[in-house]
Amino acid sequence: MLHETLRNKYEMVIGLEVHCQMKTRTKLFCSCPNNFGDAPNTNVCPVCLGLPGALPVISREAVTLALRAALATGCTVHETSIFSRKNYFYPDLPKGYQISQYDRPYATDGRVEALEADGTAKTVRLERIHMEEDAGKLLHEGYPWSKDMSGVDLNRSGAPLIEIVSKPDIRSAQEAHAYLTALKAILVYADVSDCNMEKGSLRCDANVSVRVRGAEAFGTRAEIKNLNSFRNVARAIEYEYERQVALVEAGHKVVQETRLYRADKDETASMRSKEDAHDYRYFPEPDLPPLVIDAAWRGDTLAALPELPSAKRARFVAEYGIPHYDAAVLTLTREVADFFEEVAKGSGNGKAASNWVMTEVMREMKGRESSEGDVSYSSLPIKPSALAELIRLIDTGAINGKTAKDVFSRMWTSGESPKAIVEREGLSQVSDTGAIEAAIREVIASSPEQVATYKKGRTNTIGWFVGQVMKKTGGRANPKIVNDLVKTALDAA
Amino acid sequence: MAEIQDKLLTHIATLARLSLSEAETRSLAHDLAEILKYAASLESLDLTGVPPMSHATEGERFRPDEPTHDLTREQALANAPDQDAGLFRVPQVIGG
Repeated sequence: MLHETLRNKYEMVIGLEVHCQMKTRTKLFCSCPNNFGDAPNTNVCPVCLGLPGALPVISREAVTLALRAALATGCTVHETSIFSRKNYFYPDLPKGYQISQYDRPYATDGRVEALEADGTAKTVRLERIHMEEDAGKLLHEGYPWSKDMSGVDLNRSGAPLIEIVSKPDIRSAQEAHAYLTALKAILVYADVSDCNMEKGSLRCDANVSVRVRGAEAFGTRAEIKNLNSFRNVARAIEYEYERQVALVEAGHKVVQETRLYRADKDETASMRSKEDAHDYRYFPEPDLPPLVIDAAWRGDTLAALPELPSAKRARFVAEYGIPHYDAAVLTLTREVADFFEEVAKGSGNGKAASNWVMTEVMREMKGRESSEGDVSYSSLPIKPSALAELIRLIDTGAINGKTAKDVFSRMWTSGESPKAIVEREGLSQVSDTGAIEAAIREVIASSPEQVATYKKGRTNTIGWFVGQVMKKTGGRANPKIVNDLVKTALDAA
Repeated sequence: MAEIQDKLLTHIATLARLSLSEAETRSLAHDLAEILKYAASLESLDLTGVPPMSHATEGERFRPDEPTHDLTREQALANAPDQDAGLFRVPQVIGG
């Protein structure tokens, strides 16, 4: 760990480049299926294999999705943009060039509102978003010949991507994490992508540099690749920051280079092999006319955008009176947000709805996901209307909070309505003072020692009496009533 | 000028993964110079206020988002110099 004085001396400056695979049915420039996980080289055609004479034709749907991403991040959308060829040789790139956008991307100057775990808000500006095609996939292991050869699967070749480039506005690993979380939420809300990092539909490179705090000029930056989870982005940034600070402190210079993050070792290492490949000789793609996005297309797309996370967050705070942090957690996906909102509306108690969803529901979801993989909220046995009913049962005093947790776990497994469970199991809260008083009399009669302790002024023993009475009533007594009655009974004893 | 031309040509050849003999380099450098000279004739025109053109056609063409399967895997791999297990096979590449 870096010493605190050095940490105070050097500031980290980070810009992130996020590649997002859009969820169209076909690839960007050909009609091959845009599917993850199919058998290798089954979704290929002359265009994405780079066969001579094949010509690219852009998918209108891909442009619409890219447009949604740009509008959802407040970008300026340019009516005319052009595609360019980015030339380099690599076995995963059959044409010898990638069709991308270079000096005239379709969108520039956006912004993403990020929210850190402690509630701090941070605006990260976007430099640009451009469209490009993906490369294929290289397989380095798993085959008898893997020691000497690599396999190439071109199913992903030509898949539609947008690259979202932030300005160097990020100042800590936490901010990077918060930015990515917010960006992902926007892209998922806007239905641009499923943003699944494991499937590679969201990938991130980080440009990291350091400078003495207060300095104007940026330091030399290193580009970190191979960041396959938000956690690894944060860890790689932290590692790279410490490496660069150590270099500068020792009087060395940071070299501008591409570095690979190795998660198993938690370090970054130089990728010298690609250094001379940075001369991409971009030029306008002669096979594609300029892309024109007219005002009508832009307007229709804007009108069709759903409520975005930041707007929803603000509305949840205002409408349901929940804290900003809760609202941020509850709006990470539309699914959770919709689930919460239905519970909040049905129960008329936003705070309780937020508590139940953020603790019990999310905990059970986590458990289920660790054993079954992706789980959707709509497939849960517990429906938002049932959870709302449970909250109403608590709020009307029909059951107490402790019983409610038991009822919840039964609902989770059986999907029954809370009322049915409460009635069948006889779990209704006992608010009948006669029954409670009888239980109190019994406890006091059989516990002379504790009564004496209480009488000596140790009034905190009252908790013990309440516990005994709750036990006698099977945990169903109204705790507030018990508390009041125990106190009265003890003072009179 | 000639030396810069040679250097540039060697650089481009390296990026294009071409290995050229000295004679080829000289001959190509000459051709390249001629091509550049031809393109440079545009500079004799006054193009003030003329927007750059990236393409000769202006017409839009879009494709519907309907998947098709145009080639079988066997067809796709038919011309590959080397293949196995449904994959194109290439000399090992590391670090991509």
